Amino acid sequence: MLKFSIAVLALASASSLAAATHTIAPGDGAQERLQEALILAEPGDEIVLEEGRFALTDGLSLDVDGVTVRGAGMDASVLDFTTQQGAGEGLLVTSDNVTLRDFAIENAKGDGIKSKGADQIVYHALRVEWTNGPDASNGAYGIYPVEAKNILVQDSYVRGASDAGIYVGQSEQIIVRRNRVEENVAGIEIENSNFAEVTENLATRNTGGILVFDLPGLPKVGGGNVLVARNAVVENNTDNFAPEGNIVAAVPAGTGVMVMANTGVQVIDNALISNSTSHVMLVAYTQSFDDERYEPRPVNVTVRGNIYGKGGNAPDFTGGELFAAAFGGALPPVLTDGLHQNLSIEDAVPVVTLGLTEVGQPFTQAQPSLLQPTQGDPVAQYDPVQLPAEMAARLK
Amino acid sequence: MNRSAPIFVAALLAMAGATVQSTARSPAPVNNAVVMGEGAGNKMPRTLSAYGFFADLREQHGTYGVSDYRLNTPLYSDGADKLRFIYLPAGTKLTADGAGLLQFPVGSAIIKTFAFGEGEDRQLIETRVLLHRVDGWTALPYRWNEDQTEATLALAGARIPLTRPDGAEISYRIPNKNQCKTCHSKDGEIIPIGPKLRNLSPEWLELMQQAEYLAEIPKLADRMPLWEAQSEVSLDKADVTALARAYLDVNCAHCHQPGGGASNSGLDLRWEQDDPHAMGIRKPPVAAGRGSGGYAVSIAPGDPDASIIIHRMSSIEPGIAMPELGKNTVDPQGVDIVRRWIAGMDQ
Repeated sequence: MLKFSIAVLALASASSLAAATHTIAPGDGAQERLQEALILAEPGDEIVLEEGRFALTDGLSLDVDGVTVRGAGMDASVLDFTTQQGAGEGLLVTSDNVTLRDFAIENAKGDGIKSKGADQIVYHALRVEWTNGPDASNGAYGIYPVEAKNILVQDSYVRGASDAGIYVGQSEQIIVRRNRVEENVAGIEIENSNFAEVTENLATRNTGGILVFDLPGLPKVGGGNVLVARNAVVENNTDNFAPEGNIVAAVPAGTGVMVMANTGVQVIDNALISNSTSHVMLVAYTQSFDDERYEPRPVNVTVRGNIYGKGGNAPDFTGGELFAAAFGGALPPVLTDGLHQNLSIEDAVPVVTLGLTEVGQPFTQAQPSLLQPTQGDPVAQYDPVQLPAEMAARLK
Repeated sequence: MNRSAPIFVAALLAMAGATVQSTARSPAPVNNAVVMGEGAGNKMPRTLSAYGFFADLREQHGTYGVSDYRLNTPLYSDGADKLRFIYLPAGTKLTADGAGLLQFPVGSAIIKTFAFGEGEDRQLIETRVLLHRVDGWTALPYRWNEDQTEATLALAGARIPLTRPDGAEISYRIPNKNQCKTCHSKDGEIIPIGPKLRNLSPEWLELMQQAEYLAEIPKLADRMPLWEAQSEVSLDKADVTALARAYLDVNCAHCHQPGGGASNSGLDLRWEQDDPHAMGIRKPPVAAGRGSGGYAVSIAPGDPDASIIIHRMSSIEPGIAMPELGKNTVDPQGVDIVRRWIAGMDQ
């Protein structure tokens, strides 16, 4: 038996040593050649996209564990989906331990890159862009990992998504760092997820910079333990171009950081500048729901150490102008609907509350006032998100 | 009954209108090693003929152990006709542990050929095989050649411009191997979709039992309706509901169910789902993006034109169109029945 195990081990290491590189060039038949390489790859293999523009008519997909797809740079190797005719995304990944790096996806008809149930995925130095800029007919999400554990999205650029540039949904153990998200409806959105760190990103010229949402009625409900820290959230005043019906369609232009529902969110050490509705907004879920698991209010939210530039000067909601005038021309930098629980504002800035007292109460019944400075009960500090060391090691 | 008497079985099935094909000459049996992926080059055979499923490939006549079947309510595939077969190795049987999917023994296969036109004009486009191997199911697509003499493996899929018998010019898509799995997957494993007990005819099930291809089956509380029946009788509300729910189950629920490809949407369109919110009634979208079309809920009772589900079924534009795969044209009948179902709901 021992002998057998050794033989198996030897075989395993031999096969990992034999990891192959498959280089794909743009040009005729790129769709089939690239897709075939993605199908025939063995775990450990690397698929290299040569420099150039790959014209693609159908979505690509990867379902082999441990494969790396590497381009020659986010401006050099471009998967161009401008003439896409089928599938719901540009690239779909459904396997674990995958690394995507150094290439671009342009003008996907649906989402840019979606990974579903793909654990330990690394998105590194990618560009996902709708080159026409903000447009309701653009795809929904740029980088879209969902239903997974251990997700790293870093050093990437997303522009033009009609929903969220970087969207992480129904997942756990997440790091989204050092990305630049521009001219999307939501720059970065963490939804129905736990243990997420959103740090050192630049979110600018989106409708809303960084959103932390929890929605009822989904397989995974009860988002929280989210850190939003050391981000630059600047001038997120683009008119909302999301199609109605989507939750982000309700996000006012001029939103910096927005927390809806969720338990345990820390908004710390960010630079919040020129967001014309509100730098930090805390709201409860407003629609009716039937889900016993669901907490519709933002609970245990800490706001601390942020730098606040000008903002709140053009609130993008009905009566916003009058509302701002009542506060001397600009809303205070932090806005809550009043339904928060255990809110801790540790920054020396005024906070405005809409004074709602019941979840689902319409905003027309708002009774705005300044919130008395309060210090919430101490909230346990989270341990930093620890992704498996091999994930970062893959990038060396 | 003597199991080694396929001709007799064929005769029996033919009598009842179903057929297990057989020819006068004794055809070669299915190559079980190929089905099982055992031996050099057999993991992903390059040609359809390598399996030996057919006594006559062009005519799609199955050999020993290959039974054809149909579904009460079928999946829409751009109007293609489908020739469906189940292969069971000698001595094996299908079993049923509920009204859902039949359980297939290891070594069995499901074969589906997509074709347009009839008689001599019939063009076979592609054949998809699902192989039940020791390590689970494998899905492979095969593309037919112009001469209709062979179908070869199309791992990366293909896009084929063709003219349908009704004159419509369409861009037909053969899915790539991964896309096969996108639909045929639950909790990350490949599974069959079509042969659910409740979507098979009682006559066929009886014949399969007589042929000893099928073990005892549970008694069914309900069955999916015959899809073509809608054109023959006037439908009452219950008929419309049954047809719409069957259609959504067959066309959507392989992804839209817990563990399916669209599980994160929270939309569950399985026949057996009876929670209104889960099946989309007054349910806001989650990740629909522009697929929402500006509408607030998947199904707005009484108002099909305000229902995302109708908007997406009525589109062929990627990013909006549902289903996302295997659909390049709108199914007018499908849209119509779901529309009538929603219109008939109390607001």
